[in-house]
Amino acid sequence: MQIDELIQKHGKAPEKLLSILLEFQKSNGDNSLSDDNIRAVAGAMELPVSRVCSVVEFYSLLSRKKRGKHIIQMCGDVPCYINGSVNLKEALEKELGIAFGETTDDGLFTLEYTSCLGYCEQSPAMRIDEDMYGRVTPDALPAILEKYRSL
Amino acid sequence: MQNKSLTLEWVSRHYDKIDPLSIDEYINAGGYESLKKALGMSGDAIISEVKASGLRGRGGAAFPTGLKLAGVKKSAGDIKYLICNADEGEPGNFKDRYQMEKDPHSMIEGMIIAAFAVGAAKGYIFIRGEYDRSIDTVKKALQQAREKGLLGENILGSGFSYDMEVLTGGGSYVCGEEFSLIECLEGKAGHSNYKPPFPTEQGLFGKPTLLSNVETFVNILLIMDKGAEEFSKTGTEGSKGTKMISLCGNVNRPGLYEVPYGVTIRDIIFELGGGVPEGRAIKMVQLGGESGPCIPESELDMPLDYKAMNEKGLSFGSGAVIVMDERIDILDILKKIAKFFLHESCGKCTPCRDGNPHVLILLKRFESGSATERDLAALTSLSDTMCLASTCGLGQAATTAIRSVMKYFPETFATVSDQ
Repeated sequence: MQIDELIQKHGKAPEKLLSILLEFQKSNGDNSLSDDNIRAVAGAMELPVSRVCSVVEFYSLLSRKKRGKHIIQMCGDVPCYINGSVNLKEALEKELGIAFGETTDDGLFTLEYTSCLGYCEQSPAMRIDEDMYGRVTPDALPAILEKYRSL
Repeated sequence: MQNKSLTLEWVSRHYDKIDPLSIDEYINAGGYESLKKALGMSGDAIISEVKASGLRGRGGAAFPTGLKLAGVKKSAGDIKYLICNADEGEPGNFKDRYQMEKDPHSMIEGMIIAAFAVGAAKGYIFIRGEYDRSIDTVKKALQQAREKGLLGENILGSGFSYDMEVLTGGGSYVCGEEFSLIECLEGKAGHSNYKPPFPTEQGLFGKPTLLSNVETFVNILLIMDKGAEEFSKTGTEGSKGTKMISLCGNVNRPGLYEVPYGVTIRDIIFELGGGVPEGRAIKMVQLGGESGPCIPESELDMPLDYKAMNEKGLSFGSGAVIVMDERIDILDILKKIAKFFLHESCGKCTPCRDGNPHVLILLKRFESGSATERDLAALTSLSDTMCLASTCGLGQAATTAIRSVMKYFPETFATVSDQ
């Protein structure tokens, strides 16, 4: 999606900045915002580049680093931790062949920790793109990942 | 819900009973009748009713809601705003997600009533960016309400005009704190600020703003529906109504339970939650979330009551109950909590920005068995300083768990000789 379309949809009031950045990032294949993207948003919204940059750097859902097509976020907090997120962590790393913070060579998956996802009653929980998964066992992982590989 | 006598269905009365995406089903179940009633009253009369109910905010701080409404109403401003805080990021909590996914209209109706009472012209529902389904459901519900004339110009012919929209967060715990949330809504990084002035006087865009939690707005609706007198019959002397409890951790039946104030933590864990798997013993229970205190098994008979808990220096925040069984290592959990706050600190004020990394260093010394008396003194002093001197609730609460463990599990902080 182009920045003009986003401005048309949201308007250029400063309170729309975060919504615009999130949507802009989503439309990029690499789930990130480039320096050019940031400059384009700043120009279109008539905001200083530094302001846009500070917002991109502050929020966990935004990234300046190129990421995979699908983002896997595993909850790293206490309710999931005491219900076995350590096992899920190991299974994810093994299944994908990468460590947390890394992207697979084929550019399909990025593996990240996230703060609590609010699925504590279904811990351990993870989120892939916009889909939530609760009570994820290492055994269930290959089938879940396969869905995204074939998308 | 396993034990009917311990639970009530007030806030949760429509959960799984009506289609959350059908405003007609909500209306057929009596929905938006309380709004009609409220529109026939004066703003002051509504606020008096909320004050009389004894309602306190359900987001964690438990501020008397009636006073907050009155504060916004009397603040001077050419425009006033209303914000619903649905940025549920406190680990262990999921109640607001249930509300938005299962019954968005009760929250919306409560917000319109509150907006009318204080004279707000515009509202925002701030939902955390990870709650995709909540965002989608609430957006659809708002559109339905607009189509029925329940939002927009001249609502139901009352002369009152009000509309609201959903804005989403970008993945930041601190944005659940009121000033950080306002910064985020204004399209900035979510740095907190000193109070006063409070948002009731200078909030969003510097204007008087009513900012409350999802569950609080549903309770305002319930007070309109039942009347303050009936509402306040439930609960205890100083804690009125019901509380949504997010029960999780090492428990047989984790889930969301609505209980009247006054039930004990033990009943929540054992009667509702079915106790700990395989009959294991409880090591500790964290109340409210990672910003809350950890209590031992011996304190579980404490009732869910602001006064009773306050006397012990405890609180239950927004209602999470995280059960941890005998297998956990307390220092390991405290380290996990410290890492969480280190990551989520906005970095603006010194006690929080520099305190959190230091806390983690000290905890690691205790874990390795190399901590000295001086380390213990440093951790104690640092925890107190962060609690007293941080700008916002994040830094102030970051060491609540450590402070409670020092009180209830002092053996956790074993030291070796300084020599």
